[in-house]
This record gives sequence, structure tokens and C-alpha cells, in this order.
Amino acid sequence: MVYELEVKDLHVSVDGKQILKGVNFKVKQGEIHAIMGPNGSGKSTLAYTIMGHPRYKINNGEIILNGESIGGLTADKRARKGLFLAFQYPVTVSGVNLTSFLRSSYDSIHSPNGTPGKGGVPFIQFKRTLDQKLNLLQIDPSFTSRYLNEGFSGGEKKKCEILQMAMLEPRIAVLDETDTGLDIDALKVVAEGVNKLAGPDLGVAIITHYQRILRYISPQFVHVMFEGKIVHSGGKELADQLEEKGYGWIKGGA
Amino acid sequence: MTTETKELLNFDYSKYDFKDSTDNYTYKSEKGLSSQVVQDISRMKNEPEWMTRFRLKALEHFDSRPMPNWGGDLSEIDFNNIYYYMKPTDRNSQSWEDVPESIRKTFDRLGIPEAEQKFLSGVGAQYESEVVYHSLLKDLEDKGVVFLDTDSGLRKYPDIFKKYFGTVIPPNDNKFAALNSAVWSGGSFVYVPPGVHVEMPLQAYFRINAANMGQFERTLIIVDEGASVHYIEGCTAPVYSKQSIHSAVVEIIAKKSAKVRYTTIQNWSKDVYNLVTKRAYAYEDAAVEWIDANIGSKLTMKYPSVYLLGPRSRAEVISVAYAGRGRHQDAGAKAVHMAPHTYSRITSKSVSKDGGRTSYRGLLHVAKGAHHVTSHVRCDALLLDEESRTDTYPYVEINDDTATISHEATVGKIGEDQIFYLMSRGLSEVEAYNMIVMGFIEPFTKELPMTYAVEMNRLMALEMSGGVG
Repeated sequence: MVYELEVKDLHVSVDGKQILKGVNFKVKQGEIHAIMGPNGSGKSTLAYTIMGHPRYKINNGEIILNGESIGGLTADKRARKGLFLAFQYPVTVSGVNLTSFLRSSYDSIHSPNGTPGKGGVPFIQFKRTLDQKLNLLQIDPSFTSRYLNEGFSGGEKKKCEILQMAMLEPRIAVLDETDTGLDIDALKVVAEGVNKLAGPDLGVAIITHYQRILRYISPQFVHVMFEGKIVHSGGKELADQLEEKGYGWIKGGA
Repeated sequence: MTTETKELLNFDYSKYDFKDSTDNYTYKSEKGLSSQVVQDISRMKNEPEWMTRFRLKALEHFDSRPMPNWGGDLSEIDFNNIYYYMKPTDRNSQSWEDVPESIRKTFDRLGIPEAEQKFLSGVGAQYESEVVYHSLLKDLEDKGVVFLDTDSGLRKYPDIFKKYFGTVIPPNDNKFAALNSAVWSGGSFVYVPPGVHVEMPLQAYFRINAANMGQFERTLIIVDEGASVHYIEGCTAPVYSKQSIHSAVVEIIAKKSAKVRYTTIQNWSKDVYNLVTKRAYAYEDAAVEWIDANIGSKLTMKYPSVYLLGPRSRAEVISVAYAGRGRHQDAGAKAVHMAPHTYSRITSKSVSKDGGRTSYRGLLHVAKGAHHVTSHVRCDALLLDEESRTDTYPYVEINDDTATISHEATVGKIGEDQIFYLMSRGLSEVEAYNMIVMGFIEPFTKELPMTYAVEMNRLMALEMSGGVG
């Protein structure tokens, strides 16, 4: 079965302010999408809403994963259904060792007996997977003995997000990289990570403001967001047009 | 917080509490405190006359001192409604098999024999006021290490006992030290000869098991020149509705170049007043560390202290306080620098939840002439909800200009974004809260031996998801 995430006529408000005004969008396993748009167009809101941040209220519309409406589920339940969000600004959790965090997280997602977080996955299986993913992403194992995002550089934070994505093996991943284009290290980590992890089992939606990341990743689909809606969808050539003409062209054409 | 999480947090975990019959006690003192009760205790124990006099003198101090009014609320303590002495069995058992069945059952639940097999070099387990079980590995004995209950220490090593007992914390130090000095029973007596390193931690468990029964253990640890030891004290207690007092005194003497670490995990039930005086003397080049967790009790007032008496001596205090509903942890530390080039570091972490209250109360004192002192104090508080409370009362007295002092204090809350981040990785809301709190107290947990760290995490997880009483 091919997993599909569908966002249908999504209207979302934050603290009483309407941000998304009817977003329609689909991503399947095996596809790479780029969602682009100027500042304030609602890109990060879309990402947070898909994952289930409690501050983002769905006023209308639906989020559907494989035919099931998931808009009412908490983030952990969405994660267990195969959704992943790579954060633009990952949160620091002091004193929590990255390995033990990954262990709890991996266990929550992959536990075979339906009791996530209760040691359902043998440690040896976890460790083997971790070693394999570290090797694949060429991350030094000592990285995992650090505290979760504490004192991490921009590039290290992205490395940590990509490692989590690799471990959790989501079916659909949303990458909020709105400002990553400014940090060349971070940008390369994300791009290389996506290229290594991309394949028939993973669907990716990269959210970005700058088209620079698209020099390293080739999306099959490009969407342009403006004022809370997706106003253009097309192939990679759409990104090139944006590069050439800037977002002013969208504003004029919308 | 979701409804589901709230339900989990309100779950009643009291079924995990301990409670045993008190029928088999061979001696129970009358309720209340008088010079007759004090003399009875001393006579029951066949103590030398100097100890009887010491106790009676302490009782005078206790009677003449007003209740301290600067810390937690002590107004509900009724000193006349407390048993000051109980003796569960007549003899001190040498091996586990000799321990009476009912008492063994309790210790089984506490996991003592298992723990012993794993890594302990000796167990002094206090059940009520008397130590009933005591073992010491042969190699420690051969090295001349003494690890006894304090009553036996007084009988078997009268000279060294008398030389140090009550010198670090004299009976007139404070009201509760006076109370303990008058009615003390049990506790540990440790002597480590010069140059001897005790590799495995020495451990003792304490419990209160009778309604309204005070527990007044007295511990004296002497670590001779160049020697080292790690002593662990873990407490669990059953739940009773009437108040109990636990008022201990712990005295440590770290001689030249000695190293001492004293670890406590305090988890008294929520009706216990835990009023403890802990103090160490650190002589030249000695190092003293207090690793101190306060999870339970109704009110804890405890400020482990190090008096840095010799040049280059060092003090480290790492503490965690957790206050759930109806609990007040008034805890902290004292570093008193009396000699040059001395160093102290105090790290305090507190967590308040469900209206619980934590207070950090610390003293940093640098005496005149104690030049080139370095001291770092850091206290971080975490508030898990709006109704909980935390306060900081730092007292700083610097009488020498060459001191290098730093003090940092933070108060934090768990942010919605932190929870969302962890939940987006599959953790439930409760697990996310747990993980953040565990991370917060990690500077403490990482100092514990492995099995204790596991126990501590389990205890905190239980507390976070409803409280154990």
C-alpha cells in the first residue's frame, strides 16, 4: 500500500488569527515536494498543523492519512502513524542524552506489542539500527552522547533532526526549512540527508523560503503558497521561474 | 494538558505503600518526652553514664529553645504525641537468616538482599529505632574499617566514639539537633583507618513504621588521613495519617586528604516531618560531597553543610528537591570557608508540582583571613503548574576580598513547544513531561550508582504520574 497524506481545504487559526485559508495538497510515499512562498504566507503553520501542535486550531477542512482523518489526534499518535516533522528550530532538552531520547522515541514508534515506550523493542535491535543510520549519514557516534540539541550549531541541529528521521523511518516527512537557506552547513546536512533517505518508502515535503536548497534536492513537485493558500502547483520548472522572477511575480499573478 | 494526562496524573498509587503490623515490638516507650523517658532509653541500652548525662543536657537545650520560625510550618507538631523509642527485637542479627520473618518480608519488598548481592559491601538496616540486621564483608573488617550501628559503636569503640561524638554538631546547635541528642537511637558508626579506600559504597536503609513514632537516628562517620568512603542512605516510609517526626543528626569528620561522599535519597511519606542536621568538617586537602535528594515528607528542613577548616579542602553539594501536593521542601546547603584556597560548589535543582513548594536556603560564609576562596552556587527551579511555588533564600557573608564567588539562580517552566517536540517523536504527554524532568535533575542522577539512578528515575516517574504518598 502506498501511503498518502492529503490536506483538504485546510483553514487554520493561531491565537484567533486566521492563517491558512483553504490549503489543498497531497504527498505520496516516494515523492518529493517543495512548498515555497514568501514570509508570512503560512508555510510553517501548515507544517505545525499537519503534525498537531495544540496552538494551531483547525477551523475547517481536514488532514487525511491513508483515508483516515487525523486532525483530532495528538502529535504522538500522528508520529506512530508514520508522520514526521523536521523542525526549523529544534527545541533543546537539557540533560537528556540523545541516545536515550532516540531509544524512547524509537520504542514508541516501532514497538511491536502496541505498548510504546515500554521497552518493546530489544536494545540490541535499536543499537544495530542506530549504528547503521549513523554510518549511512556519516555521523560520528560520539554525537549521540550529547544532550538533545544543547549547545548545537545550526548544522548540528539539522543533523540531529535528520538522524531522528532516519531512525523513526516515517512514511511521510515534512521538513520545515523556511530559513535554512541562510546557513550553508545546515542546508547541506538537510539536502544530503534527504537524498540518502529518499526512496519508494518515504514521501517528503520540504518547506522553504529560499530556492537555494533546491540546487541540492530535486523535487518532482513544487507548490507556491501565498496568503494562506497554495496558489500555484507545478514541476521543478516552477522553482526556476521563482528564482528568476521572485515572489513579486506570484503576488501579481494571484 | 489533555484530560487523559490529568487522569493519569491523579491516579492513586498508595497501593505501593508499605505497612506492617506493630504487634511484635518488645519495648515501646511512653508517648511524650520527659527526663524519665530519656533516662529509660539510656538505661535500656546500658549506656555509660557520660551518654546519659549528654542526653539529659541535650533535653534541657531542647526544652529551652524556641521553635524555629524562619523555615517551614512546624506548628502542627505535637511533641507529646510521639513515641521516642521502640525496640522491635532483642538482639542484633548477624546474618539475613536470623532476621525475624515479618521484618524480612518488609526488607524483601525494599530489595535489600538483592541490592547487597549486587554491589554493597555492608548493610545496616534500621527498622524502627534499632538496627536488626547488620553485615560487613570480611575484607573491610580486615582493613580495619568499622561499620556498625551507632549503639554498637558506642559499646565497642568507646574511646574513638567519645572523642568525636557531638563535636561537629553539638546538642545546643539547634532545637532538633538537641532533640536528636536527647533521644537518639540507631544510625551508623563508620570509621575508616588512614589510607584505606572503601571501594564499594556502604549503605543503610531507614524506615518509620509505626504511627506517631519518631525516628532519631544518629550517624557518625570518621574518615582518617588519606582514606576514602562513600556512604549511601536511602529512605522509604509507609503512609500514615498522623504526623511523624524524623529528626536525624549526621556528623562527618574528613581528616587530612580524606575523601567522603554521602548520598541520600529521602522519600518519607507525606505525613513525616523530616528535620535533619547534617554537617561535615573538612580538614587540609580533604574533600566532602553531599549528594542529597528530597522527594517525600510533609516538610523537610535540611541543609547539608561543610565547614572547610583546612587549606585546599573542597566541598560539593548536589541536591534535588521534589515537592508534590501538600509537600514543602525547604532544603539547601551551607559552605563555611574557614581556611585559605578552599573551594565549594553547590548545585540545587528543585521541581514543584500540584501546589507543592520548594525553597532553596543556602549559606555561603567566607571568614576573614580565608584568602583565595572559590565558590560557585547554582540553583535551578522548575515549576510544573501555576499553583506550585518556589523561593530562594541565599545568605552570603564574605569577609575576605580575595574570594571568587558566583551565584546563579533560574526559575523555569516546561514549555508547550518542548512538549510538542517530544510528542512529535512518539512520546505521550506524560512521557514527555517525565523526560524533561529527568533531564532537569540529570546533574544529580548521574552522580548515583547505576542501580540507584534507575530507582531514582522510577521513583520520579511514579511521582510525576500521580505521587506515591
